[in-house]
Amino acid sequence: MTYPVSFLAVLFFVVIVALVLGLSFYFARKTKTASGYFAAGGTIHWGVNGIAFAGDYLSAASFLGICGMIAFSGYDGFLYSIGYLAGWIVALFVVAEPLKRLGKYTFTDALDSKFNSKGIQLMAAISTLIVSICYLIPQMVGAGALIKPLLGLEHYVGVLIVGTVVIIIVSTAGMTSTTYVQFIKGGLLIVFSTVLTIYLITGGLNKKPSENYKDFLTINATLDGGSFTLDSSEYKVAGKVKAKDNDFVKLEKEGIRTWWKVNQVNGSYQLEEALSKTVKSDETILYNGAPASEGKFYQVGHFSKLVKNGKEVDSTGGLNPFSILSVIEESEIVRFTKTSLKDEGNNVTIWYQNPTPGKTIMRPGLKFKVDKGSDFWSKLNFISLMLALFFGTASLPHILIRYYTVPSQRDARKSTIVAIVGIGFFYILTLYMGLGAMTHGVLDLSSSNMSAPLLAKYFGIGLFSIISAIAFATVLGTVSGLIVASSGAIAHDLMDRFMNLKMTEKQKVRAGKIAALVIGTIAIILGILFKGMNVSFLVGWAFAVAASANLPAILMLLFWKKTTAKGIAASIFVGIVSALSIILISPDMFARYGFDKASSPISLSQPGIISIPLAFITLIVVSLMTQKKKEIAK
Amino acid sequence: MQHGEAVKMGKDNAEKVKSKVGLILFAIYSFIYAGFVFINTLSPKTMGVKVILGLNLAVFYGFGLIILAIVMGILYNHYCTKMENKMNSSEEEEN
Repeated sequence: MTYPVSFLAVLFFVVIVALVLGLSFYFARKTKTASGYFAAGGTIHWGVNGIAFAGDYLSAASFLGICGMIAFSGYDGFLYSIGYLAGWIVALFVVAEPLKRLGKYTFTDALDSKFNSKGIQLMAAISTLIVSICYLIPQMVGAGALIKPLLGLEHYVGVLIVGTVVIIIVSTAGMTSTTYVQFIKGGLLIVFSTVLTIYLITGGLNKKPSENYKDFLTINATLDGGSFTLDSSEYKVAGKVKAKDNDFVKLEKEGIRTWWKVNQVNGSYQLEEALSKTVKSDETILYNGAPASEGKFYQVGHFSKLVKNGKEVDSTGGLNPFSILSVIEESEIVRFTKTSLKDEGNNVTIWYQNPTPGKTIMRPGLKFKVDKGSDFWSKLNFISLMLALFFGTASLPHILIRYYTVPSQRDARKSTIVAIVGIGFFYILTLYMGLGAMTHGVLDLSSSNMSAPLLAKYFGIGLFSIISAIAFATVLGTVSGLIVASSGAIAHDLMDRFMNLKMTEKQKVRAGKIAALVIGTIAIILGILFKGMNVSFLVGWAFAVAASANLPAILMLLFWKKTTAKGIAASIFVGIVSALSIILISPDMFARYGFDKASSPISLSQPGIISIPLAFITLIVVSLMTQKKKEIAK
Repeated sequence: MQHGEAVKMGKDNAEKVKSKVGLILFAIYSFIYAGFVFINTLSPKTMGVKVILGLNLAVFYGFGLIILAIVMGILYNHYCTKMENKMNSSEEEEN
């Protein structure tokens, strides 16, 4: 789909970038020590840190990804919101204060605080880098994907802008500037998502989303000797293809070919208009039979039945936060189901209408196989995912380092609560924004990530411009945090601690800045190389690896006195290797390699349910085998 | 080299009691979260049952988990602050 460039969006984005760069240069003059660079000198106010937590945590995956998933798959997308938020309970009740007490700049410091072990320093730094890179790639690719529709620039320009701005933010004032970037972004995201949700709820729901919403046509047909005869003289049949359980016909009108789904109703046939994307053998792409510039790939999402208080209506009028969910549940919404087929050597993707009861949309089962068509493995996959989300948050290095930016354990605790309030409130809004996009005729079927910004556009170009600029700033905040975490892993954990380079304060700061530059440059290269690939699954990898590698080590260090350094190092190693191995040989990855899913040696795609217990067992066994008086955590 | 805390922190006498309460609250929340995951997995249709204010169990339980996290967090902070003020100030007075 093509989007006209909003100059207001460009203006808002330039203002945000200018603001964060100005702050970075202002704080740069005050950043002279390693403590200042890696931990903002431990002087950040808990309230600022709490919102900065939200800015750090609410990545593009949270804002664009979850809203998009809800818009396309209903309640199942909201399960991510619940899992991501629940993870903060582990951070608050178990991890926050001890980690603040034990660490200095990185979470490796905390793990190693009782041992001074090379094994822990190396393994924890490697774990930090793997988790951060897995998280970085989707953010950078997301920046490139966002910049075209939002600001009208090419993919590589988006990646370069984000990479360059973030390198400047991190290499000027390190954690101080990163904190304020995340604070601004987190605050703006929560405020304007609230504004968007208020517009949505008070505006109510309409059966026809807008005056110029596409009317999808239906043509009656009869089947004669295997070919269709149409009731309409405007169209002629140009082909017929079967895809999975459905038949599709290709109709031609004024030289443009479109795809229609064949429905059998009471013994007669009806052809129902669908949307399509055709990639021809010469790489040209047609949307509904025409180039993208002709705008024939319509935005979609509407009610087939809009029911309020048991009666079908055309419009509900203003609603409240509860009644809007109730109306959606009573109604029937037209979702669009995707299928692929080959036609005359061309690859065709078809999205056909799939009227779905609100009751089905508002409960689990459309994305996760826990209901129809489910089996033991699909249910285990779901449990494993929810486990990784629960335990992953409190193990993400770029989140954990925020505990070193506040003065005390009390501040660490309070900032976590502010984060839970801000993030929890935002995640409640995701359900409204996602369902709003689903029912307001704004969905771009070729990109679910655009759902929230396009919903904002429904309510006016001003709101769209602000939300778009914030979406782009979202990437800045999260990437800054990831680069600070990676920079700390390289300069502090590896160079200073593991290699024992005995650097002065000034040298440590310089090493941190150079590490930020290197990681930032790698992030730019990866962001450009992975262009066009759907790499959002890498965020799932980051959570699974973090939960498997880091959480068992943190928990056992805190609560099991027999934990040894070798036990922690072995546990991190086994956590990383087992989580990554299961992911790499999983059915989902086999499908990405182009193989049949069934040929995968395992039936599990989410590793947490195996790799997390395995890391715990490794830590216990190795610790028991390596009990020495000196090494045991006191 | 030194690898202690980023900023100097005084001794916290309330540490043990806070940790104990934190673990109890964590266990309670984990149990409720596990219940949510298991109902979604084993009986997804139950999640469609209407509960209150026109909301079904899926939305009610989901919102409930988010709001419960906020409420438990605020109560925990209130308790911890109270214990810190009580246990740390009494030591200061003794000194």
